[in-house]
Amino acid sequence: MSAPVETGERTPSRRVTLPRVLVAILLVALFLAGFVSRYADSSPDGLEKTAEKLGFADTAGPHHTSGSPFADYAGPWAGIVGVLVVLVVAGALTWLLRHRGASAAGGAD
Amino acid sequence: MHVPDGFLDAPTSIATGVVAGAAVLVSLKGARRELDDRTAPLAGLVAAFVFATQMLNFPVGAGTSGHLLGGAIAAVLVGPFTAVLCLSTVFLVQCLLFADGGITALGTNILLMGVTTVVVGWCTFRALQTVMPRRISLVPLQAAIGALLSVPVAALLFVGLYAVGGVADIPLDTLATTMLGVHVLIGIGEAVITFLAVSAIVSVRPDLVYGARRVLAKRDLQIRTGDEVAA
Repeated sequence: MSAPVETGERTPSRRVTLPRVLVAILLVALFLAGFVSRYADSSPDGLEKTAEKLGFADTAGPHHTSGSPFADYAGPWAGIVGVLVVLVVAGALTWLLRHRGASAAGGAD
Repeated sequence: MHVPDGFLDAPTSIATGVVAGAAVLVSLKGARRELDDRTAPLAGLVAAFVFATQMLNFPVGAGTSGHLLGGAIAAVLVGPFTAVLCLSTVFLVQCLLFADGGITALGTNILLMGVTTVVVGWCTFRALQTVMPRRISLVPLQAAIGALLSVPVAALLFVGLYAVGGVADIPLDTLATTMLGVHVLIGIGEAVITFLAVSAIVSVRPDLVYGARRVLAKRDLQIRTGDEVAA
């Protein structure tokens, strides 16, 4: 186990538990991707705009996965689905790494 | 800054794919040292948060938008190696599920928006930590400065890749100034979002922030010394 770290100054009277922090981050991510993203600027991004200005935007090929139901973040659920898929993939990867890392190191934690 | 298929020629795309693959392999090894009771549960959510934030394009001047890339924020929250894995996951899912960023450009995108922003963001953050006072309140600011620099550097690296393997014959100095001009502004947005998000976690649980650990450990010692002197 890592060394206990206590914050000396302005320690919160009630320490926010880890699960609460995790749920809060998830809710914020879902809110941003599912709702706030509707108000995102739909203008071309910095690279697209540069490509348009300099005249090489048309060299972009058609996208191989443009047949995906969520291509270009279409539909009201695209953001929610994306957040959950990324969470599962990245979460599983890091969980596996930690699991295997611990056993490879002979459980020296 | 998601690069589509076709902007860079095949040899360049293969080369960036190899470099990005090597960076991911190194990160798979390095992340094992970073992943512990605190960072492991956080890593998947940091990736999800970066994905969500990348959907939020903000305006940066006439008819142009930009979004967070996320290297600095992820590196400060869960460590640089884990951050590369988080961002690579984001770009993979965006490419396969959302047709955002070309499949042949996946290596390019991981290299530009993942590895570069993590390396620049983290190195800047650590450099600032060594020269500035060890105060937990400075961590969000240091992360934000790392974020600010990471975006224009990634833009310049794109120009470098385009110089090597760009398919169109365009003046590189114009490409460089245009890319840099836009991405300095996007970098400011990146810095603001990074500052707010890191501040939020530092204010409730600073011990969960990977980049704040040295500061917290150091301050512990200082406080004990102070107590002994007072006693």
